[in-house]
Amino acid sequence: MPKDDLKTAYRLVGTRPNRPDGLDKVTGRARYGADISAPGMLHAAVVRSPHAHARIVRIDASKALALDGVKAVITRADFPTGLTGDDWNLQENTLAGDVALYDGHAVAAVAATSKLLAQDAARLVEVEYEVLPHVIDVDAAMQPDAPIIRAGTADHSVPEGMHPNVVKYIEFGHGDMDAGFAAADLVRAQSYKTEATHQGYIEPHACLGQMGEDGKGEMWVCTQGQWYIRRMCSAVLGTEASQLRVTPSEIGGGFGGKTTIFMEPLALALSRKAGGRPVKLVMSRAEVLRATGPTASASMDVKMGMKADGTITAASVNFRMQGGAFIGSSPVGEALSCALACYTVPAVFHQGYEVLANRPKAAAYRAPGSPMAAFAVESLLDEMCVELGLDALVVRLKNAAREGAKASYGPTYNRIGLVESLEAAMAHANLKVPLGPNQGRGSAAGFWFNHGGETSVSLAIGEDGTVTVSVGTPDVGGSRASLGMMTAETLGIAYESVRVNIVETGALGVNEPTHGSRATFASGLAAVEAAKQAIAQMCARAAAEWGIDAEAVEWLDGAAVPAGPNAGKFPPMSIAEIGAKMGSTGGPISGHHEVTAGGVGASFGAHVVDVEVDPETGRTTVLRYLVVQDAGRAIHPAYVEGQYQGGAVQGIGWALNEEYVYGADGRLQNTVFLDYRIPVASDLPMIDTVIVEVPNPGHPYGVRGVGETGITPPLPALANAIAAATGARLRSLPMSPPKVLAAIKAKAHG
Amino acid sequence: MSKIHVSTTVNGDAVEFLADPRDTLLDCLRDQLGLTGTKEGCGTGDCGACSVQLDGVLVCSCLVLGAEAEGKTVATVEGLSTGPDLHPLQRKFIEHAALQCGFCTPGILVAANALLAQNPDPTETEVRYWLAGNLCRCTGYDKIIRAVMDAGAEMRGVN
Amino acid sequence: MRFHTPKTFEQAATIAAGASGLTRFLAGGTDVLVQLRAAIVTPDDLIDLKHIPGVKDISRTAEGGWRIGIAVSGAELGRHTGVCADWPGVVEGMQLVGSTQVQGRATLVGNLCNGSPAADSVPGMMAAGAMVSVIGPQGSRAVAVEDIPAGPSRTTLLPGEVITAIVLPPRGAHGGDAYLRFIPRTEMDIAVVGVAVNLRRDGARITEARIALGAVGPKVMLAPAAAQAIMGTTLDEAALAALSAAAIAASTPISDKRGTATFRKDIVGVLVQRAARIAYARAEGASA
Repeated sequence: MPKDDLKTAYRLVGTRPNRPDGLDKVTGRARYGADISAPGMLHAAVVRSPHAHARIVRIDASKALALDGVKAVITRADFPTGLTGDDWNLQENTLAGDVALYDGHAVAAVAATSKLLAQDAARLVEVEYEVLPHVIDVDAAMQPDAPIIRAGTADHSVPEGMHPNVVKYIEFGHGDMDAGFAAADLVRAQSYKTEATHQGYIEPHACLGQMGEDGKGEMWVCTQGQWYIRRMCSAVLGTEASQLRVTPSEIGGGFGGKTTIFMEPLALALSRKAGGRPVKLVMSRAEVLRATGPTASASMDVKMGMKADGTITAASVNFRMQGGAFIGSSPVGEALSCALACYTVPAVFHQGYEVLANRPKAAAYRAPGSPMAAFAVESLLDEMCVELGLDALVVRLKNAAREGAKASYGPTYNRIGLVESLEAAMAHANLKVPLGPNQGRGSAAGFWFNHGGETSVSLAIGEDGTVTVSVGTPDVGGSRASLGMMTAETLGIAYESVRVNIVETGALGVNEPTHGSRATFASGLAAVEAAKQAIAQMCARAAAEWGIDAEAVEWLDGAAVPAGPNAGKFPPMSIAEIGAKMGSTGGPISGHHEVTAGGVGASFGAHVVDVEVDPETGRTTVLRYLVVQDAGRAIHPAYVEGQYQGGAVQGIGWALNEEYVYGADGRLQNTVFLDYRIPVASDLPMIDTVIVEVPNPGHPYGVRGVGETGITPPLPALANAIAAATGARLRSLPMSPPKVLAAIKAKAHG
Repeated sequence: MSKIHVSTTVNGDAVEFLADPRDTLLDCLRDQLGLTGTKEGCGTGDCGACSVQLDGVLVCSCLVLGAEAEGKTVATVEGLSTGPDLHPLQRKFIEHAALQCGFCTPGILVAANALLAQNPDPTETEVRYWLAGNLCRCTGYDKIIRAVMDAGAEMRGVN
Repeated sequence: MRFHTPKTFEQAATIAAGASGLTRFLAGGTDVLVQLRAAIVTPDDLIDLKHIPGVKDISRTAEGGWRIGIAVSGAELGRHTGVCADWPGVVEGMQLVGSTQVQGRATLVGNLCNGSPAADSVPGMMAAGAMVSVIGPQGSRAVAVEDIPAGPSRTTLLPGEVITAIVLPPRGAHGGDAYLRFIPRTEMDIAVVGVAVNLRRDGARITEARIALGAVGPKVMLAPAAAQAIMGTTLDEAALAALSAAAIAASTPISDKRGTATFRKDIVGVLVQRAARIAYARAEGASA
């Protein structure tokens, strides 16, 4: 069915029903990672390195073990050896081996009969370190005199002669760069830096794990992906994946940071060592900031050629990113691919370097790599527009990627909605608000690929005609609602008649996590297919009862009906009637679909922000903020708006005040929310949202992912707005008051 | 280390528990009384997820010792609605999609309830500053602020 | 850790004086519990002062000032119309400490005794000329607030000594005070710079001034040269420039995660002018 024909025909899609898990979440009944206890449970605490880089000479746990109630202490010696590749990285990050690689790196763990006792015992574990030289900054880590973090890590892609901390090199592009730059009226090159930031989910990592000597285990854990937890824990512990049953709790935010493991294998290993007693392990906020997976820090060069009319003729980018002390953890590849994805440019060239530094192992963070890349590219584009006297939104529209164009990163775009998003932004009332002194307006475009991935969904018809859907993607922001709506829409039944359950690893085939903006897209696609299977069975049951061919029955408004006058005259047979009799008409009715979902539709967006900058203090106030983004189709518009608003505000935080601050000793200085400054309610205005809907032809309801693109434009949009307000251009994040004031003063004196 | 016997009232019920002197009220609510609706997001009073009312005063329960609850009254999210009907704030949070992950929600509901009790008609700015100690990382606060103001309006009988 | 709930300050002082290990007094607990949780400070004896009669009271002194109990929270101080009318700068400093939740617990004395150079309520108290009453093994004494901080996380209080009340002087006629701080966000941060100005006017002319600076040195401190810069002036542009220069000159900030030394010097010069203007305007509106 042509998607556009469906546009106004939906009964549920596009409405705003209450989310099914809302009641549990406003009453305190919803159970998150730390909310479950088990009989005989022990509590765990982790011993962490206070050094950024140090050889572990000796670990003596005898004083800890001497405490009454301490049941087990584990070190790396309790883990199997011989792991390779990313499994080794995961194991090394879970517990340091010979060398602690960053401040906060776990070196041992303790299980005891109470939380306080476990913490006391952890402090009694004596670790002797030989402190090694460390390096934190990505540029410094590439210098010839930088300490070597792990020799021999680099892969074959790295050009000869580079520092051993450079572990990966990527380059790609197309078109004639020389001709492209030669055709430009203005060529500019600039360098940009972004500091690492943390996802800042409010729920610290928490799990309850149990494992016996036989390697059979169970885990309750806050995660974006229970199968990832299963696979990674099993790899680290050398156990069999299918012997570990992982049940996801409600999840208190993830944003990519809960798609991997940090301390989960510790709970299982402690349990095994403590005779199989369940072990609960809950991180403190300081542990979350020091020892989970922030995003990468980046150092970036961009060069762009532009004609006087705003046509971009060529662009090249050179990005260096550190994602901690582990190869493969930085999103440099994604950053390169996103950098120029918004535009059709005849000649593009990308180079990227992954660099090791003595920092925690970076994890995914909402559109990994894209915000940094956008900061560099969209800032330079704005600078050049200012220089040429052009409106940056007009220039973006002029160069905007469209359907059929070759993307900067290779493929040809299917139907995409950047043009529509830019046009909607340009038409918005916010752009007509006059600005006062010290105020400025900035804009930026943004992009994220979105993702399909491994997906397995089951659907079962109940005896009363209600429906249970089992999905493997944890609900981080309302996906139970969107999945329930699409299922009910497809089946022609009430939204309230569908229950969507997020199930444990034993209940479905392997699912990728809720990442890549895929839950509503991929689990939705599979739920719709599963519903169609069930519909086919229900039509067959009706046909059998009516004594006609199954092909002569169709599904309409939640009931089987004869397909036409020739099929015979029978009253509609409702899903409730079919469900009530299914035991005697052939047995239970269900649908099941599993797929590595293709058909992904990229999501583009455009943001416009107005700021006021205090010229005496450098403090930036966000006056108004506009998010426009293509959703493909907004299944539940309120939760789509929520993604746009939340993404924008995380981006605002990254742009203005969030950063990892390290001391000269390589220790993280800001390990509490007091100093890791995420936006608070009083920092912000309402976030205006416009949902653009250019349906994705690769999804039955036209869905694109909506979760990630929104964090991308705020970084450059804020930089562009601050430049407009002050005349001072900030090329380093965060644009905190000291930096903004320094830039204002430098401009006044320069 | 000897524990302290604490008698207190939680959501109207008389309760007793044994607290280690180092246990916070948050620890005692969650681990001793099984009231896990109150969340720990930071343990340093910076995130507000553990907000409760102590003798009618809004506090972070992570900054109160369990032993300090002796003889006092504690109100948590679990006591916000006791019958079949939700508190208007709870209903408005669902209607406005003012929660995504929901982890900060109990603390915000408790804090907003304290606000509306003393200021039934707050401005947007007043709501934002009152809730500045309640971090939410999912929503960007927009829908939270709207839900609180709408609940206030309903409680005033405006709509 | 032992937990004590004395019923008198004398008992509290006796417990503290007799303790062999680390002792902490508990009032609002907003610093003590954070340090306890992070295992930065795990006291052997924790002495909860909130069971002592009168610690929640605010009362007029015989001289016409205010005596504020050590367990009066920021929220309670902010609701006290008398103190708010006399010493708005003191109150606004206290009310900037932490969130609404923290305001329900945090106290002036706790903020003072935590010894932070960035304590928001301390500059206002210092500029106001507040005193604290202290009881200890050597008996009672009254100490000026500016003599309490000794350096980061340190005070001049002797072992076993405990503060029993804060005493604000009488406001007197034509006086005004103000506190401003700079933080990167709108709330929830520690002051990068804090400035309190307290002055008295005779007509347009400033006849008395006390200025205290926070987060620009190892402790909150009075800046007499800055106060001198506006004495006798009408807070004209020249006076403001001199004020700014004097405040900057008095500052010896460090660079840390919250701001650079250069930035702090810039900001102290800006805030001291802004705070002085507010105090000056408040003094005009104030009557005897």
